Amino acid sequence: MKKKLMFVAVAAAFFGVAAMAPAQQAKLSGGVVKIGILTDLSGLYSDLSGQGSLVAARMAIDDFLKQEKNPFKVELVSADHQNKGDVASNKAREWFERDGVDMIGDLVTSSTALAVMPVAKEMNRVTIVNGAASTNITGKACTDLNVHYAYDTYALAIGTGRAVVKQGGDSWFFLTADYAFGHSLEKDTSDVVTAMGGKVLGSVRHPFPGTDFSSFLLKAQSSGAKVIGLANAGTDTTNSIKQAAEFGITPKQSLAGLLMFITDVHSLSLKTAGGMYLTEGFYWDFSDATRAWSKRFFDQHKRMPTMVQAGIYSSTMHYLKAVKAAGTDEAKAVVRKMKDTPVNDFFAQNGRIREDGRLLHDFYLLQVKRPAESKGPWDYYHVRQVIPAADAAIPAAKSECPLLKK
Amino acid sequence: MNGGHMYWGFAALIGFGLLAPVAGIYPTFLMKCWCFALFACAFNLLLGYTGLLSFGHAAFLSVAAYVAGHTIRNLGFGPEWGILAGTLSAGVLGYVFGSLAIRRAGIYFAMITLALAQMLYFVWLQMKFTGGEDGLQGVPRGMLFGLIDLSDNTNLYYLVFAIFLAGFFLIHRVIHSPFGQVLQAIRENEPRAISLGYDVDRYKLVVFVLSAALSGLAGATKTLVFQLASLTDAHWHMSGEVVLMTLLGGLGTVFGPVVGAFVIIGLQNQLADKVGSWVQVIMGIIFVICVLVFRRGIVGELGRLLKRPL
Amino acid sequence: MFELLGITPQALYSQLLIGLINGSFYAVLSLGLAIIFGLLNIINFSHGAQYMMGAFVAWIGLTQVPQWLGNPDFVINYWAALVLVPLIVGAFGVFIERTMLRRLYKLDHLYGLLLTFGIALIIEGLFRDWYGVSGQQYEIPEVFQGAINLGFMFLPKYRAWVVVAALTVCFVSWYVIERTKLGSYLRAGTENPRLTQAFGVNVPLMITLTYGYGVALAAFAGVLAAPIFTVSPKMGADLIIVVFAVVVIGGMGSILGAIVTGIALGLIEGLTRVFYPEASAVVIFVIMAIVLLVRPAGLFGRER
Repeated sequence: MKKKLMFVAVAAAFFGVAAMAPAQQAKLSGGVVKIGILTDLSGLYSDLSGQGSLVAARMAIDDFLKQEKNPFKVELVSADHQNKGDVASNKAREWFERDGVDMIGDLVTSSTALAVMPVAKEMNRVTIVNGAASTNITGKACTDLNVHYAYDTYALAIGTGRAVVKQGGDSWFFLTADYAFGHSLEKDTSDVVTAMGGKVLGSVRHPFPGTDFSSFLLKAQSSGAKVIGLANAGTDTTNSIKQAAEFGITPKQSLAGLLMFITDVHSLSLKTAGGMYLTEGFYWDFSDATRAWSKRFFDQHKRMPTMVQAGIYSSTMHYLKAVKAAGTDEAKAVVRKMKDTPVNDFFAQNGRIREDGRLLHDFYLLQVKRPAESKGPWDYYHVRQVIPAADAAIPAAKSECPLLKK
Repeated sequence: MNGGHMYWGFAALIGFGLLAPVAGIYPTFLMKCWCFALFACAFNLLLGYTGLLSFGHAAFLSVAAYVAGHTIRNLGFGPEWGILAGTLSAGVLGYVFGSLAIRRAGIYFAMITLALAQMLYFVWLQMKFTGGEDGLQGVPRGMLFGLIDLSDNTNLYYLVFAIFLAGFFLIHRVIHSPFGQVLQAIRENEPRAISLGYDVDRYKLVVFVLSAALSGLAGATKTLVFQLASLTDAHWHMSGEVVLMTLLGGLGTVFGPVVGAFVIIGLQNQLADKVGSWVQVIMGIIFVICVLVFRRGIVGELGRLLKRPL
Repeated sequence: MFELLGITPQALYSQLLIGLINGSFYAVLSLGLAIIFGLLNIINFSHGAQYMMGAFVAWIGLTQVPQWLGNPDFVINYWAALVLVPLIVGAFGVFIERTMLRRLYKLDHLYGLLLTFGIALIIEGLFRDWYGVSGQQYEIPEVFQGAINLGFMFLPKYRAWVVVAALTVCFVSWYVIERTKLGSYLRAGTENPRLTQAFGVNVPLMITLTYGYGVALAAFAGVLAAPIFTVSPKMGADLIIVVFAVVVIGGMGSILGAIVTGIALGLIEGLTRVFYPEASAVVIFVIMAIVLLVRPAGLFGRER
């Protein structure tokens, strides 16, 4: 008993000293800022996040330490969540409880993001979601310690829907993956299409995952709609695009991808994907700033960055700067700081993190170039329109997140 | 049968279970292991002791996980009632699948269970309450019997371990009951069991339901540990994994599935970050090795060395 | 009458035609499973992985081999792939049979299932590691680009070719097994291997070649599939479970049964997509459950 008391006393004294000594320095748990990138290193989404996300996070940390002259130590750990919610939440718990990780980033696929967020909330740590798409992340499931940075389905669907109608594509037919994700993509888009004065002629739901889309595509074809909206993702999307070309549906009717990445276009080749519309939150060949950063990224990773990877860099940088400014890595203080500071870099101009955690930034309506228009590898898009930040996020009034109701 | 060594085995198991978290092994990892150990034991009851290879046991794990998650999160059930509801639903599903599958034997049985489980996977994907791809998240751990706070990892750990032990001993009892003897007779020689006047189909169905319910118990408990239920539980990979755990640990041994579950979960945990997609290749290689040269499994081989059934 | 349901006859015909195309894939795959099962008594779980291998090897021949050799003219084109790929993958099957499966014949048949399951995991994992999961694209061969106007629909030429090629292979296989001397040995081997051996037939060799042929059929289906589906490591896994259900419905007693059931279920699936697309993922499984209730041995099966 006596021994225990003594230990407590010594410990208290020690921590007292430790807390007092670096008065001018940041108060850091464990004396270090530990960032964990939890991503898909082996599965379906490893192209759009994966190793590239690690490269981006590492770049951000190195740049931060160089710019700010090593204000504190920053460590990076990474793990593969295999796109499984239980693996992700298990790993997050382990990182928080045992390894003292302060922030978890990336979280590609919504199931893993939604699984990790409550764990982080419980342990008072930060999550910065870049890879996942669900609007639930800043909706029903929102937490005050989470930031949803790069994009969500609303931004992509709304962006594409609105802009394509403006370009004259006013009658739509949806090819929808038959599960919650596909349904919400279809609903968000058809709402905006009708609001803009367009018509939705119908939709067909295909099993997920599917391989043969021809019968569904035939229905879309016979509907006579000008635009076929692809409310699906990944190989479902690439298969539908490929088979639409095969059945001569394109280019008579045009396709609009509601969730697509530059890596999908890369894998499909311009010959198949040329002419279709999609929305992304970042395109490497947009401005001098994006080109400069993307070139550095390309030198390390040998592929151009996706919006997820660019978002990882930008958000990690923003987080580290917030830690420095707040003088602590305590989650609430850091997220407060992040929300109070606008984001101004190659990724976002005058970006602002809303109370629900959504980063408001511009999106781009893109049209895939035809092979003849492309000047070389990765020259894939025409930027058709910049979608202003205000139009790209769920309006605060419609949000299901209680944090916006205050 | 000389059972003395068994008691040493039980004692070692219980001692390990009680002391492991104190010894500093990460409790969430241990809880995952116990859940899968129970799942594998339930599976072993079917394959190891009755000779029925189900390739669709993920169905029972997932139905219980979803039902437990749904009842606890949305209907406000206490954890004990959620687990009970999950277990019962797995039992009912076991009855439905079992009645269909036992109409065929051997390889057909395996294919039918696989196909039925795959059908259920699609059903989960489309249902609203499962959250589809996103999974069912944020299940509160709650208070056991309204008294014990399960958000405390230690409390939860001992609950999970107790549930495992209960399932484990129930299976042990069943195997050594007259009912269990009939099951083993069916495994060894089904026509003879029929000719002795046993209603073999009835026995098969009962053991199938029992195995399904216990798998459900494991699934429901898992939901409480991870606070979520997801499609991973329902995928055919999961059905394959439980076969592998049982096979590696030792088919038809009492302790085999437990050892197998710990080894496989531990391997996955260790390897996942180091080798990426090679995990699947390594699992496949273990499978092939087990089938070709290591059919007794770890515990089976050990039992052979000690000249005692374990 | 169809108009009442919101479906024009034109739409119905085209959907039936598409059902037929998918049915021919089911037919080739379930035929391969049935042939292997007939002689070896095992279910080849790696059938899906071998189908995927077929598609991948074809893609490698078209796009990777010229790079490896540094000679852009050395392309294994579609026609060469159609012959070579089944041979290569079939040889791989022979290798598996000789080195591994062979050791299991005296054991419970379930071990064969487990072994091939493990092999499927390995193959899938390796391709996943080598080529990623997002999938590769295989160009439709020049001759088959474009579509034929059938009046009620535009049928892509390639799809028409798929049906012709698949049905031809099915018919030839059926003919060889049911109507030739070689086939009669095979059937004899199925009925009574020891007696057949006693008559001087090399049964072990026959078993090896049969497995190789079944695997080659899977690879053939893979090559056929490559130009229309994204070539990805997981393309076989989900398909094979559906094919298992097809096999349970048909029962594996007869070669013809496997072919007919495959095509019929493709058609039924096609119809489901017209009338109730939400159920098209599960319809085959539901039919399987019904068949099990009514006729447990399968439509063409014999109770063993």
